[in-house]
Amino acid sequence: MYTFNFAPVLAGMDQLLLGAWLTIQLSVAAMVVGLIVSVACAAAKTSGIAPLRWTVDVYVEVIRNTPFLVQIFFIFFGLPSLGLRLTPNGAALVALVVNFGAYGTEIIRAGIESIQRGQMEAGTALGLSRLQIFRYIVMKPALRTVYPALTSQFIYLMLTSSVVSAISADDLAAAGNNLQSQTFASFEVYIVITLMYFAMSIGFSAIFAVIEKAAFQYPLSR
Amino acid sequence: MPLIRPFGLPEFWIILMAAKWTIALSAIAFAGGGLGGLIVALARISDNRWLRGIATAFIRLFQGTPLLMQLFLVFFGMNILGLAINPWIAAAAALTLHASAFLGEIWRGCIEAVPSGQREAATALGLRYVNRMRYVVLPQALRIAVAPTVGFLVQLIKGTSLAAIIGFTELTRQGQIINNATFSPFMVFGTVAVIYFILCWPLSVLARRMEFRFSRSTAR
Repeated sequence: MYTFNFAPVLAGMDQLLLGAWLTIQLSVAAMVVGLIVSVACAAAKTSGIAPLRWTVDVYVEVIRNTPFLVQIFFIFFGLPSLGLRLTPNGAALVALVVNFGAYGTEIIRAGIESIQRGQMEAGTALGLSRLQIFRYIVMKPALRTVYPALTSQFIYLMLTSSVVSAISADDLAAAGNNLQSQTFASFEVYIVITLMYFAMSIGFSAIFAVIEKAAFQYPLSR
Repeated sequence: MPLIRPFGLPEFWIILMAAKWTIALSAIAFAGGGLGGLIVALARISDNRWLRGIATAFIRLFQGTPLLMQLFLVFFGMNILGLAINPWIAAAAALTLHASAFLGEIWRGCIEAVPSGQREAATALGLRYVNRMRYVVLPQALRIAVAPTVGFLVQLIKGTSLAAIIGFTELTRQGQIINNATFSPFMVFGTVAVIYFILCWPLSVLARRMEFRFSRSTAR
């Protein structure tokens, strides 16, 4: 009969918390930069300029139809042969940004396409500049429409970030791997880590709900 | 024999052949997840509060934790249950559970999208639960479910790559092994990525087409 032994896991809790902190930092940084990439790509895709649209299409399709693990191997092991050498944490961030950017592009594009043409024409008629139209008439309501999809994509990103432990970045899953090899309490370590990821996904959901209340309170339709 | 061999046709062939394990793992997880998903979806919408609660917790847990951790837990959990550690079985079991949770949640939505009048009419006609589901609700839900299910299949195929981390030699793991021998990561992982793309992209396009056709056929 197996006896569970959580003592070594609790003893190594500081390592795990440090890993969890890096996971949070990586995910939030990847989301912020990835959102910028997404908005730029979605704008390029809906711009009507064909070569731009094709480039974004290729990027989105390639990333969405290959596994994240292969993407991160390619970036971490493959890119140095092109002279681009990254630290594990750097490669992890780049891979997460590239990955989130592709999914975010599709989400934001859907938001932009949900804005009716007449809205933009009304903006032009009011004498707004193209940038003002994009910022106030297109992006603001578009972001509100796709906010739920974006937040669940972010939580998915945070969970996916555990894969960066495969190139030994310093995230939570990697901290678990280290603790596991020191203590041999494999199952106990991973059950604690899994619960920590679960807690983070619940925590982020709660934070996003608060942000939604604060940021999207302006009237929908009157 | 030189220590580092070049990446040539034989190496490419070895990687390509490993794709069959990716396909096999995906197929098993999809079949098992299909069965499990149906059970989860039906439990999720059942009238029994306990069944509903268990199904909801199951879905929440699997959607709120990383697939990699699910794989690790099944992998090391087998040891605790006194079973021999076997990456192939662990990967198949973990991916099946994962797919059950996700398909269960997708299909719950599809079943609930069938207008409730259909269920009520079936009840009024005297159909019991099994026949009501079998002949009235599920066939209609199936039509709604096809596109998102194919979409999830793409996610599942990509998910099988994580089996490489627990040491199951599928496409990604074979790529790592060949990379260790040839040390040409750019070519190796490029090739691996292309093979995944060839597996997944047609399914993605298919899912999008079906979704488009469905939304057009149901638009008023």
